[in-house]
Amino acid sequence: MNAQSKDINAAEAGTERRINMIEAINEALDVMLTRDPDVVVMGEDVGYFGGVFRCTAGLQEKHGKTRVFDTPINECGIIGVAVGMGAYGLRPVPEIQFADYIYPGLDQLISEAARLRYRSANEYIAPMTVRSPFGGGIFGGQTHSQSPESLFTHVAGLKTVIPATPYDAKGLLISCIEDNDPTIFFEPKRIYNGPFTGFYDKPVEPWKKHPDSVVPEGYYKIPLGKARHVQSGEALTVLAYGTMVHVAEAVCREKGIDADILDLRTLVPLDIEAIEASVEKTGRCLIVHEATRTSGFGAELSALVTERCFYHLEAPVERVTGFDTPYPHSLEWAYFPGPVRIGEAIDKILKD
Amino acid sequence: MADMADPNPNRPALALHVPEPRSRPGDPVNFADVEVSEAGAQARPDEGCAPGEMKDLAYDLVRVLGDDDKAHGPWDPKLDPDTLRTMLGHMAMVRAFDERMFRGQRQGKTSFYMKCTGEEATSVASSMALASDDMVFPSYRQQGILIARGYPLIEMINQIYSNKGDKLKGRQLPIMYSSREHSFFSISGNLATQTPQAVGWAMASAIKGDSRIAATWVGEGSTAEGDFHSACTFATVYNAPVILNVINNQWAISSFSGFAGSERTTFAARALGYGLAGLRVDGNDALACYAAQQWAANRARANQGPTLIEYFTYRAEGHSTSDDPSGYRSAQEREEWPLGDPVMRLKNHLIAIGEWDEDRQAAMDKACAEEVKATTKEAEKNGILGHGLHHPFHTMFEDVFEELPWHLKEQAAQATKERKIKWPDQHPMDGAGK
Repeated sequence: MNAQSKDINAAEAGTERRINMIEAINEALDVMLTRDPDVVVMGEDVGYFGGVFRCTAGLQEKHGKTRVFDTPINECGIIGVAVGMGAYGLRPVPEIQFADYIYPGLDQLISEAARLRYRSANEYIAPMTVRSPFGGGIFGGQTHSQSPESLFTHVAGLKTVIPATPYDAKGLLISCIEDNDPTIFFEPKRIYNGPFTGFYDKPVEPWKKHPDSVVPEGYYKIPLGKARHVQSGEALTVLAYGTMVHVAEAVCREKGIDADILDLRTLVPLDIEAIEASVEKTGRCLIVHEATRTSGFGAELSALVTERCFYHLEAPVERVTGFDTPYPHSLEWAYFPGPVRIGEAIDKILKD
Repeated sequence: MADMADPNPNRPALALHVPEPRSRPGDPVNFADVEVSEAGAQARPDEGCAPGEMKDLAYDLVRVLGDDDKAHGPWDPKLDPDTLRTMLGHMAMVRAFDERMFRGQRQGKTSFYMKCTGEEATSVASSMALASDDMVFPSYRQQGILIARGYPLIEMINQIYSNKGDKLKGRQLPIMYSSREHSFFSISGNLATQTPQAVGWAMASAIKGDSRIAATWVGEGSTAEGDFHSACTFATVYNAPVILNVINNQWAISSFSGFAGSERTTFAARALGYGLAGLRVDGNDALACYAAQQWAANRARANQGPTLIEYFTYRAEGHSTSDDPSGYRSAQEREEWPLGDPVMRLKNHLIAIGEWDEDRQAAMDKACAEEVKATTKEAEKNGILGHGLHHPFHTMFEDVFEELPWHLKEQAAQATKERKIKWPDQHPMDGAGK
């Protein structure tokens, strides 16, 4: 019995401890700061204040100013010094306040952190975990809503991890921090406080009602590269990650679709075995992500499924994504790949 | 095109300034605008000096070796003759190595090479002022640090040839060395990225209560990169034990230093806006280079803060084997350059103090050339670029990640299959084929 099922049993018994994703991330950082003296947490507003989303609240007070500290507003510098700290032997966990702000740090990520092990033939590594809230649905406009994951999955040497539940967020973040490769850890900020289902006009449910809000105290890991089987089904495979896992799940529930839903958790390395097994079983595949469509990670998933499962497919692979526009402020819910877009795609796949 | 005329003709017309160097090919050269301070005339403040109290040193030029080849003034590091001879020997070796490797590239033994002719003091002398375990984050023109730290020449040549002896497995462009054992960071091809990394290493050393400091080298042209601003900002914010060395050799490929802002101020003066200590040093004066680095190292090691040092020097050769400087600057510049040659100046100093002579110099130059030649022959046994001897195919896929993920395993299998088709006569994975 794994830790998760054990605690879900505890949840049923009413003795569980339930937390949201922010608290889960905070715990992961706290656990690793306690366990490993080489871990340092830094970023804009992460120190005394505890982060604009509160993910680092209380950590500076507990672990001290040289372990958890504020940085200049300079993403190139944040990533650049993290490369140097990694070369020294530290295990830095820089926060980029919004994924939309990460671009000034891209050269340090793409040309430096991602290739350092390769170019130095393993003499130097960059064991950093770059945490960053990403995705829309909070009326953040075009500079606080983006989902740039495919920029990172395209880079050799970077791992890209996206949790969808508090339980996963803690276990995956601990895995990332312990990992000796540079890892991008995107936190779907729309589900920091509850598993948003895409029905924006309905009241938001808090994490407390979700079984994956039961999070063990202390240290545990979820391995990178392993998808989570959200639900088993026969009608079609749904590949999703982050917020869209919950949206897709809700749409299938509303429509009464017997879907096989995979939460990918890690985009690189990808759990190709789980994907193949599911698509070979269902013969139909829907890919859902919030990021823009063209060259999005869905294109990679679609190509992989087509290349590897073609003779099992009974319908063309479908992608549901954000539109190829900047994220609009007032028209957020027209942009968001919500229940209508997903529902239509499911109908199309099942009709073929 | 739309009419772009100023709608208000009563205002004066604006004009864009595009910098021009002092001379282009064929032009006469006049360095009269370069102010050469008197050796020994610059004050040497205490290492704990507040940056604002030593502003003059960001505009002056710290010089020790005078026209009489003697050491002058408070910046004289007063090195013993053995140390001076060692310094001269390293600089001579760098020059001999550069000559040989440049020729090797012309002979088709490798794809690329970069000399540091005229700038040897800025890496050799300055790194000799550091402890051997102080971490250095160089740019691509600091081969002098490796030679001063005793890195084996054969490892450098193996790397330049990308052969089967190359410790970097043939992955990097020639001269992009890395040696953890020598506290020498992996060189990037992207400019100035090493500067915030050096600051980060220094911050880590301070977090851990270590006693080692970090130093980085960057060209004046690359100080225009945002990374350099990041480095200066983080260095000053955290009072990081780091030294930011700016090698102002006045040329960035074909762009003169004016395109990095030299027409308005000095590079050392960049320090002042950040609250860093700033020193401007004669980069062709090995004693001044040593003294400045020593001052900054003492300052950093005592937790008194980072220093930005500008070394005013001249890139006597092209940027690399890939450009011909006669296409963009006057050949006369090298002749007229007022700060002389760093190797000659140190040699003349040793002679002037009675610790050296021309015969010993000639013998040393010959010995350097012979050692480089013999080592080159030795390295060639491991192969030269494009002539077959390189690392095995599968190494291409290693070290992308700590462990090989499934997609790289699949791609490695494809590469192996292609190899059998492309080069059927060779053993797979023996490291001895194309």
